[in-house]
Amino acid sequence: MPIVSDISFDLTTIWAGIIALAVLIYVVLDGFDLGLGILFATERKKENRDIMMNSVAPVWDGNETWLVLGGGGLLAAFPLAYGVILSALYIPIIVMLLALILRGVSFEFRWKADTGRWIWDAAFIGGSTLAAFAQGVTLGGLLQGISVDEAARQYSGGWWDWLSPFSMFVGLAVVVGYALLGATWLVMKTTGDLQERMRTRAWHLGIATVIFIGSVSIWSPILQDGYFYRWFEGWHILWAVAVAMIVLGLAWALFRALHVHRHDHWPFFASLGLFVVTFAGLGLTMYPYIIPTTVTIYEAAAPRQSQIFMLIGAGFLIPIILGYTAYAYYVFRGKIDVDTGYH
Amino acid sequence: MWENVDAVLLARIQFAFTVSFHFLFPAFTIGLASFLAVLNALWLWTKQEHYLDLFRYWVKIFALAFAMGVVSGIVMSYQFGTNWSVFSDKAGPVIGAPMAYEVLSAFFLEAGFLGIMLFGRERVGPGLHMAATLMVAVGTFISAFWILSVNSWMHTPAGFMVDPETGQFLPTDFWKVIFNPSFPYRLAHTVTAAYLTTAFIVGGVGAFHLLRRRKEGAEPSKATRTMFSMAMWMAAIVAPIQIFLGDQHGLNTLEYQPAKVMAMEGHYESHPDGAPLYLFGIPNDEEQRLDYAIGIPKLSSLILKHGWNEPLDGLDTIPDGDQPPVGIVFWSFRVMVALGFAMMGLGLWSLWARYRGRLFYWPWLHRAAVAMGPSGLIAVLAGWITTEVGRQPFTVYGLLRTADSAAPLDAPAVGASLIAFIVVYFAVFGAGTFYILRLMSRPPVPHEPPLKAEATGPTRAAGITTVRRE
Repeated sequence: MPIVSDISFDLTTIWAGIIALAVLIYVVLDGFDLGLGILFATERKKENRDIMMNSVAPVWDGNETWLVLGGGGLLAAFPLAYGVILSALYIPIIVMLLALILRGVSFEFRWKADTGRWIWDAAFIGGSTLAAFAQGVTLGGLLQGISVDEAARQYSGGWWDWLSPFSMFVGLAVVVGYALLGATWLVMKTTGDLQERMRTRAWHLGIATVIFIGSVSIWSPILQDGYFYRWFEGWHILWAVAVAMIVLGLAWALFRALHVHRHDHWPFFASLGLFVVTFAGLGLTMYPYIIPTTVTIYEAAAPRQSQIFMLIGAGFLIPIILGYTAYAYYVFRGKIDVDTGYH
Repeated sequence: MWENVDAVLLARIQFAFTVSFHFLFPAFTIGLASFLAVLNALWLWTKQEHYLDLFRYWVKIFALAFAMGVVSGIVMSYQFGTNWSVFSDKAGPVIGAPMAYEVLSAFFLEAGFLGIMLFGRERVGPGLHMAATLMVAVGTFISAFWILSVNSWMHTPAGFMVDPETGQFLPTDFWKVIFNPSFPYRLAHTVTAAYLTTAFIVGGVGAFHLLRRRKEGAEPSKATRTMFSMAMWMAAIVAPIQIFLGDQHGLNTLEYQPAKVMAMEGHYESHPDGAPLYLFGIPNDEEQRLDYAIGIPKLSSLILKHGWNEPLDGLDTIPDGDQPPVGIVFWSFRVMVALGFAMMGLGLWSLWARYRGRLFYWPWLHRAAVAMGPSGLIAVLAGWITTEVGRQPFTVYGLLRTADSAAPLDAPAVGASLIAFIVVYFAVFGAGTFYILRLMSRPPVPHEPPLKAEATGPTRAAGITTVRRE
């Protein structure tokens, strides 16, 4: 018997890891994609907006597919968590979905509209910003805890429980963080004036992002005792210090790459680093809970036979997906240039 | 405002609304992806320009319809949790896996190769471009495979046991889950419906331009004739096959979900010696009878049981609480069947016209084809409503009631989101339909410009050029 329970323990952890990986890939890929939509508001000229949109146009629906995998994977691997989290965070989730519709269709409609292009420009900016904000609110609403009726296996709170200063604050943090990813993506993909402006914005957004990361890191342990013990009790504080050092180091690297070396690629990767470290920190904060602080990954896990059946497919298909996704990015690599482009 | 409104009913309306809107796009793009692959292959094989022109003409429409399918589809993958959390928790261990397989094996495949299919012809060369086009077409089919397997399982559950502690459905045999009893019939019937939907849209657009050229007193272009001819071959060959497949699917339903067939037929009462086929009637659930019924005696028994005098049970054998709402099912079924026969009729008419050499010169045929352009979309929705409403009052047939599946949400939350969905969907997809119709109203021209050189500007990757860093 111990062998069997060991295997199921491992499978649950593996599936938590796969879902976390899908969400992380979604956050960094659609992060720059949505961030670019947020920055659309700061560029008024049609030419610059065309360049910005074209830089993500061939890949945006691939990026959003990771969100579908996050949702579909959660349903398959942790059905209880899928049902409880989505019904608890009903409003932010619905807002995010509607916002993603508005900004998604703008990619196609913007080129088809004659006099109405401003509508789809506005839909792109508004949809991207609102989707980012709603994702942050969702994260905040999850971190602050969700009440669960464990006997009935369903959410037991009201439909406004997610609304708090903390969840609003995390919403803002994600908007700023995505804008940073978008700005550094554009430093990588553009040239000239546009690139210069993005360099400046990237640095301002970088400072703001680090401040937001620090604030959320201090605020959430105050909110939940469990988080406090995890990071600040006894020798655990060494972890907190280490993570803080890495974040500051990455911020320093971002600054050096932007303004000292004036590099095109490294600012983007430094920003990605900030997201990966923050994400890992969030994972450590929550583990082993999937619904803080009531349901653990083991309590929410699908039965072993479901986990195994899906793992066969995931283990085989995810590497292939990563392969052809990388190929698509490779096919559409390089700078978007105004002069030699379509215009 | 919401005091007297049932939250479950609102959630049902919301799901029906979002899934119906979503379903229209794949119903069109599944067939269109295959049509584009065929056109591209014909171009590579024969090197006749008009195939490339047609590819470029339809790929613009495909890009728009596909984008709308993607964004309305993301909503579906979250609606199960937001509005049907109890269903998700209970059925998730069984249906979650095939849905995850759909994402992994279909959605990524389509999204990954779509950019190359739309804009990559020059970047990757004709061979890889053909492969990418095929991948997108195959992806749409794989997607239909998995999602229809999940849907079929909800109608004819198999390969599971119920956990006595949690009430969850636990898979015991995934092979039986995936290939559950109604799946092969539903898959064949639905995919064929998608192909017919595309054929009638393509045929309608072709007929529209044939009529317009005639009005201008000019000969129709090769491309226009080719698309009309291809669409009419599909109508003539596939519509009769579809009617046969529909009949088979109906017999399967009679075996596993007899109450649904009773509602489709309007059989409130049992007929021990041969049941009539009702052509018309007003279902009256309260009195449990079909008012103003007009029917052909014994024909229903002949179709369903292959004998004039075979007995057929009616809804009087089903407890009131387990009956589906008859009115909707009865009428949506008749709409679907009538359109199916109209499709076959148009197909036969086109064969006669072809034999007489008048396929491109028979205005009434073309007017009929234009009128039938959206018939596939309507038939697909009507069929979907028949099967889904006919499953009520259950989500997992016979095992989990719809009322016990919903999320613990208050009516105002569901009501407000329903209004938001209605407003956004009509605005966004209304605009998208307008752009699609505008593209369709323009005829395909020789040397049809590819997506990236379009007059109004590029879509997606258009305008991107690679400049190597020094």
